[in-house]
Amino acid sequence: MADTRDSISNGKAILVIGGGISGITTAIEAAETGCKVVLVEKEPFLGGRVTRLNKYYTKLCPPSCGLEINFRRIKKNPNIEYYTLAEVESVSGEEGNYDVVIKVNPRYVNENCTACGKCSEVCTTEISDDFNLGMNKTKAAFIPYNMAFPSRYVISPEIIGTDEAKKCLDACKYNAVDLDMQPETVNVNVGGIVVTTGWQPYDPAKIDNLGFKECENVITNVMMERLASPNGPTEGKILRPSDGKEVENIIFAQCAGSRDENHLPYCSGVCCLASLKQATYVREQYPDSKATIFYIDLRALGRFEEFLTRVESDENVSLIKGKVARVKEDPATKDPVVEVEDTLSGKKIKAQADLVVLATGIVPNTLGGSIPVDITCDDFGFVVSDPAKTGVYAAGCAKRPTGVAQSVQDATGAALKAIQSTLRR
Amino acid sequence: MDKKIGVYICSGCDIGDSLDMDALANVATSEYKVPICKNHPMLCGKEGSSIINNDIQKEGVNTVVIAACSPREKMEIFSYDPTVISMERVNLREHVVWCHPPNDEDTQMLAEDYMRMGLVKAQKMEPLEPFSEEINKTILVVGGGITGMTSALEAAKAGSDVILVEKEPELGGWMAKLWKQFPKDPPYLDLQETGIDSKIIEVKSNTKINVYTGAKIEKTEGAPGMFDITISQNGNSEKVKAGAIVEATGWQPYDASKLDHLGFGKYPNVVTNITVEEMASKGKFTKPSDGKEAKSIAFIQCAGSRDSEHLPYCSSYCCLTSLKQAKYIREQNGDAKVYILYKDIRTLAQNEIFYKKIQEDEGIFLTKGDVVGVTEDSEKNMVIDVDNTLLGENIQIKAEMVVLATGMVPAAGIEMKEVAPVETEAPPDEKKEEETPADIIIPSDILNLDYRQGPELPSLMYGFPDSHYICFPYESRRTGIYVAGCGRQPMDSSACTDDAAGAALKAIQCIELTSQGKALHPRAGDMSYPDLYMSRCTQCKRCTEECPFGVYNEDEKGNPLPNPTRCRRCGICMGSCPERIISFKDYSVDIIGSMVKAVEVPDEDEEKPRVIAFLCENDAYPSLDIVGRKRLSYNPYIRVIPLRCLGNVNLVWIADALSKGIDGIILIGCKYGDDYQCHYIKGSELANYRLEKIKETLDRLVLESERVRVLELSIDEYDKLPGIFDDFLETIEEVGPNPYKDF
Repeated sequence: MADTRDSISNGKAILVIGGGISGITTAIEAAETGCKVVLVEKEPFLGGRVTRLNKYYTKLCPPSCGLEINFRRIKKNPNIEYYTLAEVESVSGEEGNYDVVIKVNPRYVNENCTACGKCSEVCTTEISDDFNLGMNKTKAAFIPYNMAFPSRYVISPEIIGTDEAKKCLDACKYNAVDLDMQPETVNVNVGGIVVTTGWQPYDPAKIDNLGFKECENVITNVMMERLASPNGPTEGKILRPSDGKEVENIIFAQCAGSRDENHLPYCSGVCCLASLKQATYVREQYPDSKATIFYIDLRALGRFEEFLTRVESDENVSLIKGKVARVKEDPATKDPVVEVEDTLSGKKIKAQADLVVLATGIVPNTLGGSIPVDITCDDFGFVVSDPAKTGVYAAGCAKRPTGVAQSVQDATGAALKAIQSTLRR
Repeated sequence: MDKKIGVYICSGCDIGDSLDMDALANVATSEYKVPICKNHPMLCGKEGSSIINNDIQKEGVNTVVIAACSPREKMEIFSYDPTVISMERVNLREHVVWCHPPNDEDTQMLAEDYMRMGLVKAQKMEPLEPFSEEINKTILVVGGGITGMTSALEAAKAGSDVILVEKEPELGGWMAKLWKQFPKDPPYLDLQETGIDSKIIEVKSNTKINVYTGAKIEKTEGAPGMFDITISQNGNSEKVKAGAIVEATGWQPYDASKLDHLGFGKYPNVVTNITVEEMASKGKFTKPSDGKEAKSIAFIQCAGSRDSEHLPYCSSYCCLTSLKQAKYIREQNGDAKVYILYKDIRTLAQNEIFYKKIQEDEGIFLTKGDVVGVTEDSEKNMVIDVDNTLLGENIQIKAEMVVLATGMVPAAGIEMKEVAPVETEAPPDEKKEEETPADIIIPSDILNLDYRQGPELPSLMYGFPDSHYICFPYESRRTGIYVAGCGRQPMDSSACTDDAAGAALKAIQCIELTSQGKALHPRAGDMSYPDLYMSRCTQCKRCTEECPFGVYNEDEKGNPLPNPTRCRRCGICMGSCPERIISFKDYSVDIIGSMVKAVEVPDEDEEKPRVIAFLCENDAYPSLDIVGRKRLSYNPYIRVIPLRCLGNVNLVWIADALSKGIDGIILIGCKYGDDYQCHYIKGSELANYRLEKIKETLDRLVLESERVRVLELSIDEYDKLPGIFDDFLETIEEVGPNPYKDF
């Protein structure tokens, strides 16, 4: 049968909600297949949580390497229309024909921006650096990080209406600063929708016994990634928060909130490998350091097992089966002290370290029904595939807690599902 | 058509304030006699870009040189149809004014050299003519299990015609042999039907899917968009055409006869998890020895998996399968006792809920421990010795039957141990000591590719032809062929169906891009392709051996036969060819060589050395852009040339540079080795290997080998770059000026 379509999707677009690794993958894969894509991201840049990672497991390679390729694919592909600082406000219609209203929040910098940085030079107000999870400050006229895409500055709403903003305006030679920018509404019609809204870390403050609130030197695994990143608050040096001391002795507490009826009953899927990875790069940076991982089960599936074997062979890494029961601070040294029951020996262990990393889990952003799309979620907020709701698909951590490779596989498949929906009406 | 070059210099972003713009323009107009050279304070703005567009439309400019910011910036604005307009970008911002002092002689010389290099490239670039050939859009799916059937259905639902080939007489694969599957849907507590029967009916009744059962692929010839497939079925051979291939050939259980230490083959009441599925469908869990119901059953996890003697990897599905089978047994007989002996229970994500539910069943006893042996007592009970248990001691468990949770072996890897890597044929005198490792290609009788490099996909690890990439898991070493499901890595059926849809999309995408003459990832959309000037070919076979994607076949005389639709446009063949006969219209040995020669080399007494830096455009080059953005400074004697891949480096460039008086050459590419980051798999490694040989060339020229350095750099190691350059220049200064300088 002859193919009479003028493009793979008959000219219809798909909507991708969320511009993290899953969302950009769905967008690029669909666009390179010939389908138009509208991509909506709430942050001022694309890439999502992976941009905040220092390395990927198990290759220990930087995420910016793959993102560079992906951003180039986006820049070169006219099929992709993307909006940053944007949210989907409403969706109506049915499979093959959805009317979507997108709200784009003001960036106060338009497409004229050349990323020359003059606005930031003159700006003296500092705000909490959201990219670094608030671990440091940044200028109120800023580029989120040094490889951010789009390569365009942002002016924080915090300084709008002040003289600081006016200074930014005056410093820009390219008419890129627009302090009168208002929220805009964009209307698009699409045939299929992919939800790739991703995740956020489980709030460690809710886990009372692990001392996140009380101990300065208890951090989370996502904070650890920022500490170790060359573009992080310490430019890649792993220094403990209380005194900036180089880390010599580090403890990882697995399942911090995960596999726990009081918090997240499910397994977050990535934290074992993430801690094994973090232990590896701490050991590389500080060859005399020691790392201990307290776990319930070590979950390194498939050929990731090889990575576990590699880490196990490092005599300065101890893997101990046991769940951390309590973390307290030694007031004299600010060292966190960890109480664990070693399930194998039955003994109670007390261990002291420079730094404790809580392997906190994954909470889907779809929890609590914050997205105006008709989806079915399980009790934990993950999107469930519902045969009655064709036209809307989820990929990546919106569906279940998982790592980058599986998210990308998933996102590629979701691109096809959404293209199929453009053909049905 | 005659070339008409327009040069457009931006004076914005500190460029105009830091450089003598007239002198810079003079390079274009006087030295290179360019007819149009214009200057604008904001070339990327509406007015600036319309100047260029105007000249294209009204002045007949067909070659555009933009001297402004990095080519990575404002791509969407400086975008022209490459079949009509050639474009070159000169990076004056990130690589010149942002990291070198303003209004300085050396900074100006740097900018002018970059202008010359850009101009000479522009002079030699030609508009692209996309490769066009009759493209067949059918998708071939090999394997009719859950993955293959899903791939076929998903592709068909997107409008593709599909050919599905299954070696067994029936569709369904392993899923059809399962009694139930573990919970996939909320509340994740109850076993579910596999649903395989309705899937088989759906496939069979889909008019876009042509199913061949009891069939195999005898031969796969051709290339993406034009594969010729020979299928044999019932003793007949049939030739079909396809555009792309999904390999969904699945897995086999690990051969339990190799697990005699666990009693398999020795004692009849030691069975595998596969046998338990058969028992479940019959409704009785009976001991093979006497046909009586087993009242106590022990599962031994990781039977052959996570074991350096057997399968070193985790087979991923066995924990959940044993939990499921424990439930089968308990549902069928509430008095039966089940033991599960594990290393770690690996129930990821929501599967944890099911594990939790199983733990609540008092009839199921789970313990961590190392199973050291299985024996039989006088009453024919199985006795399992377990060390290092959670109870803190070594224990013995008695059970009437033992189930080995055997793992997965990929269909592509079953023959793995029996074969050695495919030998590349090189004449004895050319056998190199520092050979890059040959690809492992296991003749597994799946695709039977008629490819010079071997009959199947290269194996990555343990016989899985998986992708090495985390961010690009469909990246395949054979363009247009995508592996999905358990053939790629061990996974459960939900993951298989997701993966199947992804592979189907990639197959469709391959066909769509190929039909437009465009490259696939990572140079998606590129319309250049290699052209070989065959009359100078010496049949040395380097291109056919070294291409990471197996683009080249060979005729009987050893001539390379390129298959452009297999090509990823990396240009590694360009670097491999000693005769320099492989060229792209916009990128060739001559073009880059001419850029090298365009650098002005000051006389020796000026004491201004010159160094060429070949940087991978994917990682090292963006990294140097960040150096500019951070306004870090480095030595101004460096002249950077971006390459598609470090593997493009042809040794003639080194010779050209040195004979021209260039003092040193530094090559910076991606990390290689087991955890390689090269987007073309082995480009940087090949460059390193080839450069090892450069010492001979240097000796011939009576030059010091310190003049050439090869380094690996990750994209996020930008802070190291200034030091790398400065350090190299120090070495060059120690070695002294190139003696060829004044010739």
